[in-house]
Amino acid sequence: MSVPSDCLYSREHEWVRVDGDIATIGITEHAQQQLGEVVFVEGPEVGQVFDCDDEVGTIESVKAVAEVYTPVAGEVTETNDGVIDNPEAINEAPYEAWLLKIRMSNPSDLDALMSPEAYEEFCNVG
Amino acid sequence: MPIRPPGVTRALLCLEAPLSTTPSSAPLRRTPFFEFHVAAGGRMIDFGGWELPVQYAGLTAEHKTVRSAVGLFDVSHMGEIRVRGAKALDAVRHLVANDVAIVDGQAQYSPMCYENGGIVDDLIVYRITEDNLLICVNAANREKDFAWMVENNPLKGEVEFTDEGDQWAQVAIQGRHAEATLQKLTGVDLSAIKYYWHAAGTVAGVEGCIIARTGYTGEDGFEVFLPVAGAAAIWPAVVAAGAEYGLTPIGLGARDTLRLEAKMCLYGNDIDATTTPLEAGIAWAVKLKRPFFIGRDAMLAQRAAGVPRRLVCLTVEGRIARHGHTLLSDGAVVGVVTSGTKAPWVDANIALGYVPDALSAPGTRLQVDVRGKLADAVVVKGPFYKRA
Repeated sequence: MSVPSDCLYSREHEWVRVDGDIATIGITEHAQQQLGEVVFVEGPEVGQVFDCDDEVGTIESVKAVAEVYTPVAGEVTETNDGVIDNPEAINEAPYEAWLLKIRMSNPSDLDALMSPEAYEEFCNVG
Repeated sequence: MPIRPPGVTRALLCLEAPLSTTPSSAPLRRTPFFEFHVAAGGRMIDFGGWELPVQYAGLTAEHKTVRSAVGLFDVSHMGEIRVRGAKALDAVRHLVANDVAIVDGQAQYSPMCYENGGIVDDLIVYRITEDNLLICVNAANREKDFAWMVENNPLKGEVEFTDEGDQWAQVAIQGRHAEATLQKLTGVDLSAIKYYWHAAGTVAGVEGCIIARTGYTGEDGFEVFLPVAGAAAIWPAVVAAGAEYGLTPIGLGARDTLRLEAKMCLYGNDIDATTTPLEAGIAWAVKLKRPFFIGRDAMLAQRAAGVPRRLVCLTVEGRIARHGHTLLSDGAVVGVVTSGTKAPWVDANIALGYVPDALSAPGTRLQVDVRGKLADAVVVKGPFYKRA
């Protein structure tokens, strides 16, 4: 299972890649495997403001539905129309098929996230 | 990112089996083909107490394989109930809504109803001989159906019902190359078995099989009942026989999307104790002219008063409707979605749902409430898929 070293991870199987005060968020390899073939993606609007753990989107496979939660609080600065138009990108390259970028209002939210090593162990145990 | 079922009432998958039939502490039951599923990369799930593959490599590819070539399904969880006695046909005709006007070697689909017209189950009656019938029922309903049949058997002492579910494994071979695949494995002339007929025979060295030209996919194909002992041999034999046609094993996920494209009802989703066959669009399997069967009076009354709601086919714009989502017309709730998915073959968001009779005509425009957001839907003439 692929767990890139440049990301942090939530217990809900989101990944977060940090660049300054911008957090890019997607779902992990483990999550897309559990979900199966993704056929529908819905994300937030640019400018929406979220608290930590708010629902920011929905991902559906043929047989299952999953909500996406933001592990960090802040304002959405960008969404990925490419993934909405091409949902299978989440299966093909989950760590490139990001869903949203957030300008973090509370960077200490990141402290609650797991390192790649911790996340890998979390998946293996879970 | 919690992954949950699209519907409101089921775990993991909105499929055939409710979860309540098996205590959570009970070990999962395995079919004779379990090892093959695991070896083929099947993702195994708890399906009503059975450990079965929801998919192998991928649901969409499996679905398309059945539509374009041929697929192999493990449906050993299905229930089998034997009916024996000189008056077996009379007993079954008392219990089910269809006429069971079939001869030796023939089969018939029928709903089985409560007195109020609600559906106990939908099933297939296979007539072996006049005094020997085999009834295939939904896995989740097996115990309930058997108890219902025994309790309502009008010829107690003359006709005997036996739950043979533990004695039979079952595979389905479905798709345009099903006959060519299976013919390699049996001396029975499959071309002589017409749709909804069956024959006894040996398949892949497994004796005592029943080969039926039935299915739950909208394709031509067969369902083979096998004695559990020795059944395992058929799986690799079918895989090998079908290799030249592109056969792959197919999981329960694609089984559900295939049946939905073909507008075949799923008990627990589209039909249940609160729906009648007239509402569900399976009146063709109800013979109200017969003098008696359980539920007849209620259905006659419903027909006379006007069937209040109907199960319709819908296509949905932009979003995927799921079991339990409400249907609206002019802002008012008018019905409910019973099944819905993104259909892999017809490539549309499709659904089944109950709407008032007045809103059931093809072309009627409705909306679906998909988790708080409205999507446009239109009633279409079913099925979504019909083989050429």
